[in-house]
Amino acid sequence: MSIPVLNVPGWAAGVTAVLLLLGSGLAFTGCLGLLRLSRFYDRMHAPTLGTTLGIGSVLIASMLFFSVLQARPVLHEILIAILMVVTTPITLTLLARAALYRDRSEDDPDVPPMIGKQRMHSLQEGEVFVQEEEQDRGQALLDE
Amino acid sequence: MLRRWLPFPLLTAALILTWLLLNESLSPGAILLGTLLALIVSRLVVRFEIPRSRIIRPISALKLACNVLVEIVRSNNAVARIILMPNKRYRSGFVLIPLDMRNPYGLTLLACIITATPGTLWVEFDSKEHAMLLHVLDLIDEDEWRRIIKERYEKRLMEIFE
Amino acid sequence: MMATFLSWSIMISQILLALAMACASYRVLWGPRAQDRVLALDTLYVNASILLLTFGIRTGSNLYFDAALIIALLGFVSTAALAKFLMRGEVIE
Repeated sequence: MSIPVLNVPGWAAGVTAVLLLLGSGLAFTGCLGLLRLSRFYDRMHAPTLGTTLGIGSVLIASMLFFSVLQARPVLHEILIAILMVVTTPITLTLLARAALYRDRSEDDPDVPPMIGKQRMHSLQEGEVFVQEEEQDRGQALLDE
Repeated sequence: MLRRWLPFPLLTAALILTWLLLNESLSPGAILLGTLLALIVSRLVVRFEIPRSRIIRPISALKLACNVLVEIVRSNNAVARIILMPNKRYRSGFVLIPLDMRNPYGLTLLACIITATPGTLWVEFDSKEHAMLLHVLDLIDEDEWRRIIKERYEKRLMEIFE
Repeated sequence: MMATFLSWSIMISQILLALAMACASYRVLWGPRAQDRVLALDTLYVNASILLLTFGIRTGSNLYFDAALIIALLGFVSTAALAKFLMRGEVIE
């Protein structure tokens, strides 16, 4: 297919291939979750697969491949890893707060009220808002 | 003098390292320019009035980092299983967790750890009530999660920073 | 032998990433609410970054790395701005 691949010794090629498959498989699984999970707050967990281990293993694969190909340590992929580690939590928490704010302003019953107000609603610490999976709900209706 | 030019030594070191990685060279010119830029930037950062803090126990910080890495791998597996098995039942929900930690860096790091781990998400923090709202994808037992967050992460972060 | 395995796995992972981006694009286009679209856009950026890295391995060129870094940076900035916009209706207060 392409020429540089041939210049790499077998073990490095094998490890790179496995890491690449693992990384892209995880990224794909994450996006599948984005498509398949039913509620927004559940979907927020899905892309984390790609942003942690998914891009991590592809970066390790790239580091290994270029280090072997160019016969010198190529480490600048660490920068993307650091960037991902620092930025993903920020974007996700910001987005979660924005979604919570929007849902609360529409009085969505599935979303807990603001933490300060929870006491006023005589809610004890540790009490939880739990939503059963949609299928279970359907099952419960059928049972009735 | 040292305090004036190196207000945040860790930040300066990180900036020099970033510069060298971006340039992909260890030549004297790159090191000199990187050091100069890092010194200037870290002096400018003082204007943001960042609260001071330092890591008291670097070894336990390293241990925590290893634990978090293992936890990330494990929960990647768990979340991938939930997504790929269509019939697997799960129950997601919010858990309110009161926190004892007050150090802003500790709280930030806790938020980052929780959000970076697939399956758990830091949703909200109330600085008056000192409580956080956690969203868990596979919520089996609420008290179990409160215990996990407090014992596994909060206690050790407090050890590291306070 | 291993080289063929590597070139095949590069191709497979590129196909997987393309499928992943298609899933994310569905949420960008038809996501029921605005937060779904923003989340999917963020995922799209990350996947584009991974895809560029695989192109880098395929061609053995260092150029793709810089593009991947910049896309990751842009993804962070745009998602943060969009999330802020969703919350307050304005980006800069």
